[in-house]
Amino acid sequence: MSYTTQTQTSLNQTGDGSRSEFLAFTLGQEEYGIDILRVQEIRGYEPVTRIANSPDFIKGVVNLRGTIVPVVDMRIKFELGTPTYDQFTVVIILNIAGRVVGMVVDSVSDVTTLVPEQVRPAPDIKTAFDTDYLIGLGTIGERMLILVDIDKLMSSEEMGLIEGMAA
Amino acid sequence: MTIDMSQFYQVFFDEADELLAEMEKLLLALDVSDPDSEDLNAIFRAAHSIKGGAATFAFNDITEVTHMLESLLDRIRKGEMALTPEHVDAFLVAKDVLTMLMDGHHHGASVDQAAVDSVCQRLKALSQGQVDASAAMATSAPEAPVLEPVQTEAAPTQNAAGEFCYRIELPEVSQKDVDALAAELGLLGTIVQEKLGDGRSAFMLTTTESEDNIIAICSFVLDPDDLKITHAAASQAAAPAEADSTTDETSADVAAPEAADLNSQVPPAKQEAPASAPAPAAEAKNLGRRATDKEGSGQESSSIRVGVEKVDQLINLVGELVITQAMIEQRINALDPIVHERLLNSASQLARNTRDLQEAVMSIRMMPMDYVFSRFPRMVRDLAAKLGKKVEFITRGAATELDKGLIERIVDPLTHLVRNSVDHGFEMPEKRRSSGKNETGKLTLSAAHQGGNIVIEVSDDGGGLNRDRILDKARQQGLPVSDTMPDSEVWQLIFAPGFSTAEVVTDVSGRGVGMDVVKRNIKAMGGTVDIRSVPGSGTTIAISLPLTLAILDGMSVKVGDEIYILPLGYVIESLQPVAADVKEIAGQGKVVKVREEYLPLIPLYQIFAIETQFTEPSQGILVILESEGKKAALLVDSLVGQQQVVVKNLESNFRKVAGISGATILGDGGVSLILDVAALLRSGRQLNANPVFF
Repeated sequence: MSYTTQTQTSLNQTGDGSRSEFLAFTLGQEEYGIDILRVQEIRGYEPVTRIANSPDFIKGVVNLRGTIVPVVDMRIKFELGTPTYDQFTVVIILNIAGRVVGMVVDSVSDVTTLVPEQVRPAPDIKTAFDTDYLIGLGTIGERMLILVDIDKLMSSEEMGLIEGMAA
Repeated sequence: MTIDMSQFYQVFFDEADELLAEMEKLLLALDVSDPDSEDLNAIFRAAHSIKGGAATFAFNDITEVTHMLESLLDRIRKGEMALTPEHVDAFLVAKDVLTMLMDGHHHGASVDQAAVDSVCQRLKALSQGQVDASAAMATSAPEAPVLEPVQTEAAPTQNAAGEFCYRIELPEVSQKDVDALAAELGLLGTIVQEKLGDGRSAFMLTTTESEDNIIAICSFVLDPDDLKITHAAASQAAAPAEADSTTDETSADVAAPEAADLNSQVPPAKQEAPASAPAPAAEAKNLGRRATDKEGSGQESSSIRVGVEKVDQLINLVGELVITQAMIEQRINALDPIVHERLLNSASQLARNTRDLQEAVMSIRMMPMDYVFSRFPRMVRDLAAKLGKKVEFITRGAATELDKGLIERIVDPLTHLVRNSVDHGFEMPEKRRSSGKNETGKLTLSAAHQGGNIVIEVSDDGGGLNRDRILDKARQQGLPVSDTMPDSEVWQLIFAPGFSTAEVVTDVSGRGVGMDVVKRNIKAMGGTVDIRSVPGSGTTIAISLPLTLAILDGMSVKVGDEIYILPLGYVIESLQPVAADVKEIAGQGKVVKVREEYLPLIPLYQIFAIETQFTEPSQGILVILESEGKKAALLVDSLVGQQQVVVKNLESNFRKVAGISGATILGDGGVSLILDVAALLRSGRQLNANPVFF
């Protein structure tokens, strides 16, 4: 499975006209998109076990069918909206480089297919995400998706999820 | 179609290791004066199988040694030669040389060629020494059927096992194809490869398959029209005939008593002959079909080799199932038992089945202690001989099972303890006699289950530990000791680094390196070491280990709303302190007085920033923990209970968290963190003073 994932990424990067699919989700007022192939599943929010002395956006760990998975809340990390936890709160379970991470977002809308022509380079404007972590902006009619390089973001030192990645 | 032979190397090495170990075990158990023919056959078969495998992979040095070993053994088991202790010794040395050669091929370890030569000489001398006249004939005889295959054109004759024997002559093809074909055909039955004069190859194949199937397989590699297949039943028949004639000639040559002995043993030898005769040149014999050799004795091996990852995955899946089952149980407990009677019944059946399944799956990783124990008889024998001591070695509970991961790690500490016992534990025979004991000391190695632990004991009936000498030595080394220390504490002193009470440093032991390593290794496995010793009657060292690394005996404690698990091994006691016993030390935190001892107080709520109303030590519970000789009192709100927990790695998806060694899943599906007690005690105050995170 990881093999196909990698192939897909390289296709994206070479931009040879292949379509790529993105999962659209909202954080506060903004709509974001991530590579669908990084998404393992989407779940409701379950109570987590807090990890002491960790930054507040790391909510804690949950049991995902026998594996211990850390959960991060993007709303806290990027100071978007008010983090409320109810039956509508969604956790996107990502599989990045063999590691499983849960990401709390406000809501998940749909899966959209974008051809490279629909993706514009991200302007150097201030979004919640550092432009380093952006692939570009996707346009579908009136909608605009901020496409996030979720691999880069989750493996970044800033997130503190993976030990010694930057070192 | 090519086959890379190196992919089978691991299988060969694994098998050969097992066979060598088996061989050694049998050799040691052999009664020289009256050897059991079954055992001799088993030893022979082991040597023979290794030879077959080694020949397949062209490990000629191994083939050579095993060949000599096998020839000699063959004659002994046929009764042509009487077994003497020299034989047994030579065989044991040969086994060591084989192990060394195997290592050489496997890990690229250096090979002592002199030892190889000397063992070859020794085996040769033994086989020639006693039956000069027949020696040459006996060694050449087994090869005869292969060198001169009997090419009688006969109707297919079935042998006892319903197998036909075919002779397949190949056209000129590359060696790679020949090997590939040999491996393929080997799956059908027993195959023997031979070289014809003009560079072509031929196979002798004994199989239950029809000729058509053989042609079908060959046609992958070559044109079936070029193939020449003949029914070579006669050659198979010739083999026992050859063997018989050899025996006859031999018996004529040897002295009368041996001949008489021979007659009584000929029938079993004859039965063995058909199976073994084609094998000496079994160049391409498929390893997987080794079983054919065993058919004669009906010892078909009924085990399969499975990768450890597969087993671990299975264990993980079952672990999840158990948790899911626990969740179901918890949910349905809230239901009305009368309305939902049938659902509840089914659920309780599910619970039973799940538990059985879990036990069965866990037992896959379990290996009998025999795996470890079996390597000691030889070591004890050699050591005792070297030191001039007499030691009888007894094992008990060799069938007790332990997790494979642990069993591999227990070998070294146990080896050390056994060596120590033989070297220091036992007195010299004279001394034993003078103190009224049996000259032969008894060394007992035992394993038994005790609750969730396995207890392994090494016990000797030697002189026991010398309390005064240990105390003296400890004082010399500046260890804090007093004359009034209880025995159990004195014995623990021998685990201090650099401690040795042996008067003479021998090459066996006495350098003082070791006991501390033993203790450290066992601690690392989550186990404990205890010593019991009575002067004059012996010492027992007891190792207690958890049955598996994946399961931990834990004590769950509650702070605020959070539940943490403490590994039970670190917990000494728990108590509710009196306010007066808690003293504050300016800038250094608090200490608590427990039985005249001041222990640092580690408030868990403070370290982990947990909100709780119990901040006063006297309101909560103190759990006294000990690690690496340091004690401390951990302040928690309350104790929840004791339970076995399945340890999960936190780092596989997250990062290392200071103060946490892992996580586990509770019955309700929630996650609970396991405290890293050693780290807590080491840096309790630092953690407290400035949180290490961010």
